[in-house]
Amino acid sequence: MSLDLMPPLMFAVLTFLLLFGYPVAFALAANGLLFGVIGIQMGLLTADLLNALPQRIFGIMQNETLLAIPFFTFMGLIMERSGMAEELLDIIGQLFGPLRGGLAYAVIFVGALLAATTGVVAASVISMGLISLPIMLRYGYDRRIASGVIAASGTLAQIIPPSLVLIVLADQLGRSVGDMYTGALVPGLILTSLYVAYVLVMSMLYPHALPALPLAARTLRGTALLRKALVSLIPPLVLIFLVLGTIFLGIATPTEGGAMGAVGALLLALINKQLNLEVLKQAMQATAKLSSFVLFILIGSTIFSLVFRSVNGDLWVENLLTSLPGGQLGFLIVVNLLMFVLAFFLDFFELAFILVPLLAPVADKLGIDLIWFGVLLAVNMQTSFMHPPFGFALFYLRSVAPKEDYNDKITGKRIGKITTSHIYWGALPFIAVQLIMVAIIIVFPGVVSVEKHKKFEDAPLRIEVPIPEEESSSAPQFHLEGVAPPQ
Amino acid sequence: MRAILQLAHWIDALNERVGRSVSWLVLVTVVLSAGNAVSRKGFNLSSNALLEIQWYLFAAVFLLCAGYTLKRNEHVRVDVVSGRLSQRAHAWIDIIGGMLFLLPMCLVVIYFSWPYFVNSFVSQEWSSNPQGLIVWPAKALIPAGFVLLLLQGIAETIKRIGFLRGVEALGTPSPESTAQGMLLTAPCTKPAPGALHDEKNA
Repeated sequence: MSLDLMPPLMFAVLTFLLLFGYPVAFALAANGLLFGVIGIQMGLLTADLLNALPQRIFGIMQNETLLAIPFFTFMGLIMERSGMAEELLDIIGQLFGPLRGGLAYAVIFVGALLAATTGVVAASVISMGLISLPIMLRYGYDRRIASGVIAASGTLAQIIPPSLVLIVLADQLGRSVGDMYTGALVPGLILTSLYVAYVLVMSMLYPHALPALPLAARTLRGTALLRKALVSLIPPLVLIFLVLGTIFLGIATPTEGGAMGAVGALLLALINKQLNLEVLKQAMQATAKLSSFVLFILIGSTIFSLVFRSVNGDLWVENLLTSLPGGQLGFLIVVNLLMFVLAFFLDFFELAFILVPLLAPVADKLGIDLIWFGVLLAVNMQTSFMHPPFGFALFYLRSVAPKEDYNDKITGKRIGKITTSHIYWGALPFIAVQLIMVAIIIVFPGVVSVEKHKKFEDAPLRIEVPIPEEESSSAPQFHLEGVAPPQ
Repeated sequence: MRAILQLAHWIDALNERVGRSVSWLVLVTVVLSAGNAVSRKGFNLSSNALLEIQWYLFAAVFLLCAGYTLKRNEHVRVDVVSGRLSQRAHAWIDIIGGMLFLLPMCLVVIYFSWPYFVNSFVSQEWSSNPQGLIVWPAKALIPAGFVLLLLQGIAETIKRIGFLRGVEALGTPSPESTAQGMLLTAPCTKPAPGALHDEKNA
């Protein structure tokens, strides 16, 4: 067997191993080691190769950007218990209630607001499923529209900064998290508006599917309501300041912003008397487990790519993708289709750690700005949270949506259950909206703001020497055109 | 079989304890990192040691909790195909995966990371940053984490074999946990896979 055959073979075997159903992290590592051993046996590789392994793992440990993963996860978990989302949904729902489709707008608005405070999806989907869904059903919302708008609004957390997806993508693309945030801001807002536009169109076409709240359902009115609404906006705005404001003001790094937000969420939960030892322990344990599985996928993919690169797998991928017809556009279309299809089977972290490092150098070589490319991928991958049947926003909604018919507490009416197919069908129009957004970004690349000269400033290139943040402006400017981003 | 199962349960208890204890470091890291940002801007104080300890602690969390995460069956899987299989088939997947994927990976990493740690320990290597930390404790985390993971891999394999022989009960995996363990503490969540069996051994 020659060296040329190794990369495609590695990919084929990897597909098989992943589908086998054993944890992804270990399947990746095993695949790398298997081919490492084959390569060494056949004299294609030297045994020294695996010596680099501890150094690679140590590099992952030293990566401060990845610290954002536990911080934002922990923050999301605590925030979900803090009662903030419930308060917001209740009051914003009353505020928008008189409008046709008002509850749906409230869900989108609160979804976007929560998305700007935290970087994980589940927090908002669960709160909205628990609070807004019963109200929507009580007043006769169409089940598919109600569940679709909740799942989709929850996934806004992945594209509106701060977002774990953007952080991980920035890291894998070798770009700064702050620039990624700046780039994603406008697309995130456009996407939110597209959701609103969809609800508007539906409420005009099918007025009975998205009715306004009847007068009796509005307990608050006039200035009292307005005052309450303004007060309820204070906690999320404070959190947004802590996680985003501090980054843009240069007080904190994106990672520290996550920690500040987590402390803020803890205080909020404490003030609302929602924090106890059990909640804290559960949040810490869930965070530890999530960090472990995510970081082990990264370790696994590092072992895989160590061997994959040593058999020139990166060149193979590059040749494959640069020889596509249509240059840049051809590449973008193929990559987006690939991501969209793979997102049915793989979750975000797997895509980001396995595929993105292979795609980034090719994109760079084709002259594609990597911030722009990252935002494009983020919007595309957002669909992976909404895809039937594995999208996990759908899972979370399913877990809180009524599985049986029930009697409504207030009206006493019999309310039908939400079936899984309601949730799936409800998500589809929003996946279409998502694809429209992907097209918008490709056709109008200007919507992603890219500041050219700032690009490398605080990119996570500090493998050996972590530079304190104040010094980052004097950090050396790295020029990496055509060079693979660091792992 | 009984003695071997006993060993598996002993490993379960070990990793459960390690996982629960180490997860407190999440809170410590959060507070430390927020404190670092505030003290740097507010009081113009910053220390490389305090910046470095952040990633030491996080590395301790994700490396030392790897076995615990495996025990709770929360390392994410692609279950497109295997999701339709029986519980016995799942047990076989875990036995084969444990022996052919997990075991070799752990052994290779332990084999290479041990001298990596020893060299650092013997030479008393310090961080290259001024007022940085001594490096060997961080490097020691790699073999330590992979030993815990290796032990848990062995325990899981033993328990699956026990299950196939009808002498060990296993929990059923829930779709939420395999989709993405993001919010396993949510009010709605089902007990973690294996939870039934864990309670009596934890």
